[in-house]
Amino acid sequence: MDFYDFLNMKIRLIKIFICIVILVIIGTFFLGLNKDSIYDTKGLEGSYIGNIKLDHFNKNEIISKKNFAQKGFTLINFWASWCGPCKIEHPFLIKLNNEPSLQIIGVNFKDKKENALKFLNDNGNPYDLLAKDKFGKYSINFGIYGIPESILIDENFMILKKFIGPITEKDYIFIKKIIKDS
Amino acid sequence: MLSNIGNSILFFNLLLSLSIIYFAFQELKRNYNFINKKIYYISLIQSTLIIICFFTLIAGFLISDFSINAVYQNSHSLKPTFYKISGTWGNHEGSLLLWVIILTIFSFLFLVTNKNHSKKYRVYTLITQNILIIGFIFFILFNSNPFDVIIPTPNEGLGLNPILQDPALAIHPPLLYLGFVGSSIYFSAAIASLLTNYSGHNFARSIKNWVLISWSFQTIGILAGSIWAYYELGWGGFWFWDPVENASLLPWFAMTALIHSLIVLEKRKQLYFWVIILCLLTFTLSVVGTFLVRSGILNSVHTFANDPSRGIYILIFLSLMIFGSLSILFKRFKSNTYNFNYNSKETFILVNNWFMIFYLFTVFLGTIYPIVTEVFYSQKISVGPPFYNTVIIPIVILFLFFMSIGPKVRWIKDNIDNLKTTLMILLGSVLINLFIFLFFKSYSLLSNLILISSIFLIISTARDAINLLKNKEYNISRIIAHFSFGLLILFIGLNYNFSSEKDFNLKVGEVKKFENFSIKFKDLNLKEFKNYKAVIGTFEIDDFKDNTKLFLSPQIRIYDNPSTLTYEASIRSGLLKDFYITMSNIDRSDYYNIKFQKKPFMVWIWISVILISLSGFLRFFKYENKIN
Repeated sequence: MDFYDFLNMKIRLIKIFICIVILVIIGTFFLGLNKDSIYDTKGLEGSYIGNIKLDHFNKNEIISKKNFAQKGFTLINFWASWCGPCKIEHPFLIKLNNEPSLQIIGVNFKDKKENALKFLNDNGNPYDLLAKDKFGKYSINFGIYGIPESILIDENFMILKKFIGPITEKDYIFIKKIIKDS
Repeated sequence: MLSNIGNSILFFNLLLSLSIIYFAFQELKRNYNFINKKIYYISLIQSTLIIICFFTLIAGFLISDFSINAVYQNSHSLKPTFYKISGTWGNHEGSLLLWVIILTIFSFLFLVTNKNHSKKYRVYTLITQNILIIGFIFFILFNSNPFDVIIPTPNEGLGLNPILQDPALAIHPPLLYLGFVGSSIYFSAAIASLLTNYSGHNFARSIKNWVLISWSFQTIGILAGSIWAYYELGWGGFWFWDPVENASLLPWFAMTALIHSLIVLEKRKQLYFWVIILCLLTFTLSVVGTFLVRSGILNSVHTFANDPSRGIYILIFLSLMIFGSLSILFKRFKSNTYNFNYNSKETFILVNNWFMIFYLFTVFLGTIYPIVTEVFYSQKISVGPPFYNTVIIPIVILFLFFMSIGPKVRWIKDNIDNLKTTLMILLGSVLINLFIFLFFKSYSLLSNLILISSIFLIISTARDAINLLKNKEYNISRIIAHFSFGLLILFIGLNYNFSSEKDFNLKVGEVKKFENFSIKFKDLNLKEFKNYKAVIGTFEIDDFKDNTKLFLSPQIRIYDNPSTLTYEASIRSGLLKDFYITMSNIDRSDYYNIKFQKKPFMVWIWISVILISLSGFLRFFKYENKIN
């Protein structure tokens, strides 16, 4: 095989390679067309939460599944002091705090510590356990796309319900009913 | 009635395109070196008709003829006249009509302005261009027809999405399309050149102006979109690496590479196949962009409507286009080796092209990656600024240095004799950066390097300008382009590092004090406008450092048709900085969420891009004069 044969073969290989790449891209586009591209976390209801990793709000430790209640229900609430609607849902969280078989875990989202503490001072602290997510990274694993958002899970970490936006009177009654029925 | 006119014209234009192709093939059999007048006339009639067709649609919007689907979907009788007109191209169907207009008019203009080129080359260009026209008219007629009729005629239209009712966005699509679709003509010319073995030098001369014009419009079109995003989306940013923004950037990279390598082809008669590839790539990427935007395959600010059947059509068209052009390219491709001296202008221009291809590849990958994960792993992800910033910024630094040195290097071979001046300029840039550093306080190493390299480019280009003026050799457009690109990166760097932002809740009468600002929520008014109501807040902002006082009035607009809330930022632009304020209501509360931002040098980012685009137009006019 002389040099020109080699060159021709190389060019042919490059041509085939280009065609394959383009075919793969177009094929992907074609398959992608039939997929629904609108992001919706409602579909997460009924699924299980995998590993949990959050920073503790005060202490320098990590909150994992171990810290969650072994019995009953847990409401994970994502909030921040800069979030207006969080103020609205807060009274309901305070009321829910009286439920013995419900643990409320707060995740302080992209917030400043002193602002968060002031918020809890002014409005009361409904949380059994407080975590922080300073850069909004951990919350992504929970499928959070805005705050406030809350997730109600059972002792097996199955998501019973997602509350997108502030918890309302209706949601409050719903949560109470679930606890009562169990 | 209007719908009948529109449909008939579109159908008639389809026939005209077919007849042009037929007559063009007839022409190829004849030996004389001019094109039959008949073809000119048909092409002229075709262009005139498509413009009339467009005006028919505009008329439909103006008189609010809701029997026409596009009007019903995107207009409302109470909408201001200006937005009734801009609504014509602010939707999928109307914008496709704009596609066809540009394809058709460019086809005619190319035919008329290239009389000194070979007949075969011109005829094949015409044929290819008309095949593209036919493809798009088919798409309009059978899938996305703006003239579709609704029976019975609705009494009122659904209205144009309020965030699109904006002057910058009214001009954004036409400008961008002149770039996007304008690139079709050198796609066609490249095919013709391959088919006719047209000489590289002549080919370069014939498409140069078209590349310049489309590049300039593309640049200014991207800017218009960016300005719109800045004040309308209310985040205070001007570039979000949104899939659709990327879609406009991809052809821009290819065009920029093309502008540069075209010079090599023209002056040194080399890189012929590379130029051809770039020509094909530019328009292909434009169609890919259209596919990504129009099929709804990606989520973005532009996904206003999803329709998979559109996607399938564009995808089929795209595949035919790619494989058609590729098979012609592969058939004609002859490998030849280039022996460029490493220290020559040719090499530096090639380096520019490598960078452009690198950017193109990165942005393309980031844009389609979410589709790949969705298809293969059923995972919804979005690729955001961190990816682009990490991959692109370090490379930009290198790029700016090459860009500073490159233009000075001579053709064929140069000696390294200006090392001393280069080092001096570098030292100067480092010093200026140091001043900025001391003035503004700290920022990251990467930002330091970005500032240094952009200042280096600015000074080097300024020095080139002085030298060129001395030699009475003007290449002013290149200088302006490179100089303002340096400015652009510099100001983006400064803006990125020194923007500050404050988020807080206020109610009427309250004052918020922080740093050297005090912001007073003075009052809140409700005003009725023609097609919306607005809640207008008045804020008094005191800057103790500069001892200035200013008033800003952000709005929350309530549109009825379709019923939507939009948050209008209030911006005070200045030469040194912009003050930017948005407010949003908090449900069931007297408080409003206020976002206050200070953004330095925003105006200069816009000015830099305007200058870059202007340089393209300047070169165009200069080139025009040289021909005549």
